[in-house]
Amino acid sequence: MSKRFGKQLLAGPYLFWMIAFTIIPLIMMGVKGLTDSQGNFTLNNLMAMGNPVNSQALILSLELSLISTVLCLLLAYPLALILRNMGSGSNSLIVFLFVLPMWMNFLLRTFAWQTLLEKEGVINGLLSALGLPGINIINTPAAIVLGMVYNFLPFMVLPLYNALAKISDDVINAAHDLGANRAQTLVRVLIPQSLPGIISGITMVFVPALTTFVISDILGGAKILLIGNVIEQQFTVSYDWNTGAGLSIVLMIFVLASMALLNIFDKNGEGTVL
Amino acid sequence: MKKVLQKAYLALILIFLYAPILTLMVLSFNASKSRAKWGGFTLRWYQEMFDSSTIMDALYNSLSIALFAAIIATLIGVLACIGIQAMGKGPRAICMTLNNIPILNAEIVTGLSLMICFGAFGISLGYGTILVSHVAFCIPYVILSVMPRLKTTSSAAYEAAMDLGAPPIQAFFRVVLPDLMPGILSGFLLAFTMSLDDFVISYFTRGRGINTLSTLVYTQVRRGIVPTMYALSTVIFLAVLLFLLAQNFLPQQLEKLSRRHHARRAHE
Amino acid sequence: MKRRMTALLLAALMVLALAGCGGGNSGSEEVVYVYNWGEYIDESVIPQFEEETGIKVVYDTFETNEAMYPIIEQGQAVYDVVCPSDYMIQKMIANDLLAEINFDNIPNLQYIGQAYMDASQGFDPENKYSVPYTWGTVGILYNTTMVDEPITSWSVLWDEKYSGEILMQKSVRDAFAVALAYQGHSINSTNQDEILAARDLLIEQKPLVQAYVIDQVRDKMIGNEAAIGVIYSGEYLYCKEENPDLAYVVPEEGSCLWFDSWVIPKNAENKENAEKFIDFLCRPDIALKNFEYITYATANTGAMEQIDEETLNDVGIFADQETMDRCEVFTWLGEETEAFYNECWTQVLAE
Repeated sequence: MSKRFGKQLLAGPYLFWMIAFTIIPLIMMGVKGLTDSQGNFTLNNLMAMGNPVNSQALILSLELSLISTVLCLLLAYPLALILRNMGSGSNSLIVFLFVLPMWMNFLLRTFAWQTLLEKEGVINGLLSALGLPGINIINTPAAIVLGMVYNFLPFMVLPLYNALAKISDDVINAAHDLGANRAQTLVRVLIPQSLPGIISGITMVFVPALTTFVISDILGGAKILLIGNVIEQQFTVSYDWNTGAGLSIVLMIFVLASMALLNIFDKNGEGTVL
Repeated sequence: MKKVLQKAYLALILIFLYAPILTLMVLSFNASKSRAKWGGFTLRWYQEMFDSSTIMDALYNSLSIALFAAIIATLIGVLACIGIQAMGKGPRAICMTLNNIPILNAEIVTGLSLMICFGAFGISLGYGTILVSHVAFCIPYVILSVMPRLKTTSSAAYEAAMDLGAPPIQAFFRVVLPDLMPGILSGFLLAFTMSLDDFVISYFTRGRGINTLSTLVYTQVRRGIVPTMYALSTVIFLAVLLFLLAQNFLPQQLEKLSRRHHARRAHE
Repeated sequence: MKRRMTALLLAALMVLALAGCGGGNSGSEEVVYVYNWGEYIDESVIPQFEEETGIKVVYDTFETNEAMYPIIEQGQAVYDVVCPSDYMIQKMIANDLLAEINFDNIPNLQYIGQAYMDASQGFDPENKYSVPYTWGTVGILYNTTMVDEPITSWSVLWDEKYSGEILMQKSVRDAFAVALAYQGHSINSTNQDEILAARDLLIEQKPLVQAYVIDQVRDKMIGNEAAIGVIYSGEYLYCKEENPDLAYVVPEEGSCLWFDSWVIPKNAENKENAEKFIDFLCRPDIALKNFEYITYATANTGAMEQIDEETLNDVGIFADQETMDRCEVFTWLGEETEAFYNECWTQVLAE
């Protein structure tokens, strides 16, 4: 028992850091969100989410981030499987290849998509050289989804790969020996075993996608307002920190609720999320 | 056939990931300041980059903050994972919830709440506040990378080691740690990269005269981004890439050489 | 994998050591903390100032007035000299954030044109707090090969013919200034009906707009992405050099005349150094260097003497008196009206 307690103490520095630099700042934020500019208690800042402009933005954000998350999962799962099957010789290099793009500044990378996607951009130049019709998705929701998938795909690949690499070949071979075909192995063995990775991946894609304001600004031509943009505007343009904080609290509750929902699928019950 | 399809899929994804990067690299050689026009080939931006103390300072800040933040976050994170794993169900759930808060929060909220907090306690903003904030948002990513590993690691091996007489510390370093290593490394790498790539939180927690590369890029937004930033990114990117490649291939070559050498010696 | 990580660490450390050598500076006594727009100075001017005066410059940049303001207001980062725009200067004066400048320390002020000092009185009534740095108008940049008629009016921004070819400014005041001026109202209107009408006009325009952008008007116009863009006159010279098909006009209905001026915050720690810095920027040769780098019109008559006739006479770059008379300078409208504008703007963007 005492050994167990000694082990638990290892979480001490972590708890200190989280309380000092996450919880306390958030409490102060919460106070801002629940008061007006005179410092009196109010719920108006939370209610501001009900305003049609804000609720529309929230719904659109939910839509786009859900689509992006699903796309990321669909793209990343086969990828992580392929990486897993490639054996240990080259895969660590490949994992690095997926993180490497992040070494180029996030803002610059997103700007580069503009150069690629524009009407007179690189992709359309290539298409027209091949005699194909051009695409025109810049400044549309499609471009925002593309930007989200592009920026957050590595966050899906890495946890998935980590989880899949843990599954031993013996387990898969055993499944085959017992007569499971490929699809059955995937559904009955691989997916359940990699569930913690899937949930981590979904969290790490869905949340930043839901709250981003930079991607929608750069690739959406600012014509499409996401909830992140609304909050950012409250802070940087309107200086209405109280409303901004209030909206953030609502957004946070929202995210926590959807994660709790997701957590039901984590059979271990003590999940990677929540 | 299946192999070919797999390779093709991998290649497609890599093209998707690297197309913008290639674009930035090409633009770093563009004589025109505008990203919309090719004005001929130039190395001017590379020269200007090294001459600019603003850029070099920002580079130093970005790299050192990312490095220190990742080291500290990895240490704290790995310890925390072991601690949390040893907890009962209730406290464990609380810790994991805590862990998700920085991830689930809009970055701007994290940044602003930290700024308000530092202000309230009279801590002046600067290098230290950026570092502390980066550690705070990096730790959860380390934990998310390590925790799944720890969960799927059966305690059987650890207990077996102890049954065979290994002290707990030794059992940990010889049995558990190697098993966690991929998770720890990817956590460290993720933390380093997240910190390097962060804009919003650095922006709100930095003090006067302190820029990271991201905040420097963002301030150029009104007037358009100067190609020196593309040049710098290209250099960083290529440096990392070359290092990885060299690490991957050089040892094999050296090994081959020495094997040949041994073989010749043996032959003689 | 482990080996690779170690190598990566070593590489990072090496770069750190290298960058550290360049970044180190031994404790010099005199400093000045400068806070300016990004890309808004010829960077070679800074070491020149340091060399001539022995004052070390800690140079920092911001990207919008709105982002700069809370930083100064919160006082957590203390700067000695800042370069905000007109209406923001007025707001800072109103909130008692600025110090009066001691003009005895700025002999080079003689080179700043009287016309610009006069126009600055719109936001700094007694010329006590600010020294004009750059100035210009807001107008329409258009591609002569993509537009049929000569453009003289804001009305083209509502012309269905140019659907998807229009770039608007993504900032509250600039966007509303366009709509208000088009309707013949003051760009500083505080009349709620006028503001609401302007909002409706902007909503009506939205389907025609390709994108709301800040900096990228110029890159997109240079790359022939759009036919018409609302832009600051300062960008015109640069755009024209990159793409000769581009032309600039200040519409006949009138527009915004803006100033970016140097001010000294009240909490500045090195006020005299700040004044030396401002004085240095007012020197004609330095002002000329900055003009050539940033291409925004300078308020420095000494520098203007050295600029070629063609550039000087281009009313797109240096607006003439007639154009300036048509325009208004933004003023700060007070917290309440500001909030109302912001609310309307959010409605436009969310529509």
